[in-house]
Amino acid sequence: MIETEGAGRTFKVRGTVVHAVRELSFRVEAGEFVGCLGPNGAGKSTTIKMLTGILTPTAGRVSVAGLDPSRQRTALARRIGVVFGQRTTLWWDLPLKDSFELIRLLYKVDRKVFRERLDELCALLDMGKFLATPVRQLSLGQRMRGDITAALLHAPDVLVLDEPTIGLDVVSKAGVRDFLRRVNAEHGTTVLLTTHDLGDVERLCRRVLLIDHGSLAFDGTVADLRAMVPGETSIEDVVAHLYLNSPGSPRTPPDRRPADDPPSVTA
Amino acid sequence: MIRIYVLLAWTWTRAAAQYPVSFALMTAGGFVVSGLDAAVIWVIFANTTSLAGFGLPEVLFLYGVSGLAFAISDLLFSNVDRVSQHIRAGTFDVFLIRPVSSFVQVAVDRFTPHRIGRTLQGAAVLGVALSRLDVPLARAWMIPVMVACGIVIFTAVFALGGAAQILLTDAPEVANAFTYGGAMLTQYPLSVYGESVVRGVTFILPLAFVNWQPGLYVLGREDPLGLPYWVRFLSPAAALALALAAALAWRAGIRRYRSTGS
Amino acid sequence: MAGAFTNTVFGVMRAYVLIALWRSRPGLGGYDLADAVTFCFLSQAFIGPMQVFGGGLDLPQRIRSGDIALDLVRPASLQLWTLSEDLGRAAYLFLARSVPPTIAGALLFGIVAPAHPLACAASLVLGVVVSFGWRYLVALASCWVLDDRGLNTLSLVLTTFFSGLMLPLAIFPGWLGTLARALPWAAMVQVPADVYLGTADLAEAFAFQALWAAVLLGLGALATSAARRKVVIQGG
Repeated sequence: MIETEGAGRTFKVRGTVVHAVRELSFRVEAGEFVGCLGPNGAGKSTTIKMLTGILTPTAGRVSVAGLDPSRQRTALARRIGVVFGQRTTLWWDLPLKDSFELIRLLYKVDRKVFRERLDELCALLDMGKFLATPVRQLSLGQRMRGDITAALLHAPDVLVLDEPTIGLDVVSKAGVRDFLRRVNAEHGTTVLLTTHDLGDVERLCRRVLLIDHGSLAFDGTVADLRAMVPGETSIEDVVAHLYLNSPGSPRTPPDRRPADDPPSVTA
Repeated sequence: MIRIYVLLAWTWTRAAAQYPVSFALMTAGGFVVSGLDAAVIWVIFANTTSLAGFGLPEVLFLYGVSGLAFAISDLLFSNVDRVSQHIRAGTFDVFLIRPVSSFVQVAVDRFTPHRIGRTLQGAAVLGVALSRLDVPLARAWMIPVMVACGIVIFTAVFALGGAAQILLTDAPEVANAFTYGGAMLTQYPLSVYGESVVRGVTFILPLAFVNWQPGLYVLGREDPLGLPYWVRFLSPAAALALALAAALAWRAGIRRYRSTGS
Repeated sequence: MAGAFTNTVFGVMRAYVLIALWRSRPGLGGYDLADAVTFCFLSQAFIGPMQVFGGGLDLPQRIRSGDIALDLVRPASLQLWTLSEDLGRAAYLFLARSVPPTIAGALLFGIVAPAHPLACAASLVLGVVVSFGWRYLVALASCWVLDDRGLNTLSLVLTTFFSGLMLPLAIFPGWLGTLARALPWAAMVQVPADVYLGTADLAEAFAFQALWAAVLLGLGALATSAARRKVVIQGG
C-alpha cells in the first residue's frame, strides 16, 4: 500500500545542501498500523509530506496506493486521508458541519453514503454537541476529532496522521487512540502515524519505523524495539538511547540533547 | 474544476450575504475607488481634447475594456497573490492534500464578492465609451474577444506572481507592481508611453494585447509603433501563450515546494 | 523594498501620462514639462511619509482590541504622543520608500532640483502633520462606528483624489479645482510639491498647511476627550 525505494529529499539552506531524507526504503502492506518515531528534525514530517504529495522527492521512488504522490496528487487525494496535528484541515470560520459538507462536495461523496458515515463517526467520536460551532471556537480535542472525521469521510484506503495526539488531555487521547484502533480493525484502513508519544506507539502500533537523520534506523515490532537495547525497561529509555546513538550520524549538537526533545508520554 | 470553484465561491458569498448593508457599502466603495481612475481621465480631458493622439471616447474605450477585464480577473483570481501567506500559515499544505487543483483553491479562498463593484465600474465606463463611439458592427465582434483575452492575460499575470511566491519563499512581493501596475498601464493608449515600455508590454509581458492592439483594430487607428496589421488579431494567441507559461510556472513551483519545517 | 519598487513603477507610468498631457498643453497649470514630471515623482515619494493610502497608525487596532482604554486614561495627550510616533515612522519611510523612486525618476526622466530645500523640508513636515491630523480623526471615529471599512474607503477616495497624488490640483477644472485647493488634503501632496518646485508663494503655503494642521489637531483633541468619556467613563 505504501512503498518507498531510496527516497530522498534535499533542501538548499543558505547555500548548503541539507539531506532531510536520504535513502529511505520501506514497505507498508494494506491494513497495517505503523508508527513512525524519530527525534525532532529527523525527517518524519518530510517523509509524510512526500507520501501525501506535498513535497516531491528529489531522489528515489515513492508509491502510495499504487500512485505516485507528486505526479498523481489529486488522484491520490481521493484515496488517502491526512490529519495534521499542528494545523487544521477544516475551514476556520465556518461551522464544523459546513466543513464536512464542503468535503463531501470536494470529494464527490454520495449523499446517502456520506450521511451514514458522518453519523457513524459523530457517534464514535461524540461530536454531536459541537457540530454547529465555528471551527475557530473549538477546543483542541474537539478540533482534532473534527479533523479525523474530515479525513475519513471519503473512506480512504490509507490514513496518515502527523502527531495527532499532541497537546491532547489524557481522556481525549484515549478516545482518539480507541477510535483509530477501530478504524484499522473494522475497516482495514492502513494507518501511518507519526508521534512523539510512545504511549500511542505501545498501544496502537504493531510495527514501528524509527527515522533518524533522514534514514531508517529501525523497522520492526515494538518487542523488537525493546530488544534493541537490552537492559532498559521503559520504552522511553530505549528510544532515547537509540536517538543518542544512531549509527553513522554526526554528533548531536548541544541544543538537541535529550532534555530538549524527550520522547515522553506527557502532553 | 469550475464546479468546485463555483461551489466554494458560493459558500463565501453566502457568508458575506449575511451582512447585506456592509456588502452593499463595500460594493459601492469598490465602484467609487476604481472610478477615481476614470475621474482622472475626465480631468485630463477637461484640459485637452487629445492625449497622445486619442480623444476622450477612445481613451474611455481602452480604459473600459482593460478595467472590465482586470476587474473580473481580480474578482475571480487575485487571491492567488496571497500564496505566500498560505505557505507561511501552513494552509497551502492543506490545499495539496485535497483532490482539487491548488490554483483553484488558492484563488477561491476568501472569495470577495463585493469586488463586483469594480467590475460594474469598468462595464459602466465601457458602456459610456461605446455609446460615444461609432464602432461599425463589422468590427464590434472584437470587443468581447478583447475582454475575454484580457481576463486570461491578467489572470496569468496573477498566477505568475503566485508561482514566484511559491518558488522564492523570501521573494519581496513585487508582483503587485505587475498586476495592478499592468492594469493602470493599459488604462491609457500605449502611444502615451516610451517606445521601450511599449516593446516590453508587446513582446515580453503581452499586456498590449489586453486592449491596445485589438483596440487599434476596433477604433480603426494606425499603430504608432508601425507593427503589421495582423498583430491586432494576436490577442488569443498571446493569452494562450501567457496562460501556458503561468501553468508551467505554477507546476514548477509545486514541484520545488519546500513547505514549512513541521 | 517592494513598496519602493511599486512606487517607482507607478511613478514612471504616471509620468508618461503627464508628459503626454503637457505635450498637448505646454505650460498647463503654470508648470512646464520638467515641473510636471518632477511633481509626479514627488507625489509618489510622499505616499510613504504621508500614508496617502491610509494607515500608519496602531490606533484602529487598539480600538478594536479595547487597549485604547488604557491609552485614554494616561495623563499624556494621546494625540500628541501618537503624532510623535507617526513623525518617526514618516522619517523612516522617507528614507526607505521616498528616496528610491525619486532617484529612479531623476535617472529616467530628469527632475528639477528643489527651489528652497529648507522650506521644502518644513513643508514636508507640516504635510505629515496635516496627514496625521486627518488619519487620527478617521481612526478615532471607529470608536463610534462599528465597521470602519466604509470610513477607510471614503478617506482613501478623498485623500488620493484631493491630495494631488493623481493629478496636480492646478489642472482641476472650475469649481472642482477651487474646492480641491481649499481642502486639507491639498496640504499633503500638492502644497509641499509646489514648495519644492517653487511654484507656490511660501507664506501662503505655510499658512495654509498650518491652518489645516491646527484645525485638524483641534478637532482631534475634541474627539479624544469625547472618546475618553465614551470608552473610559461609560465603559463602551
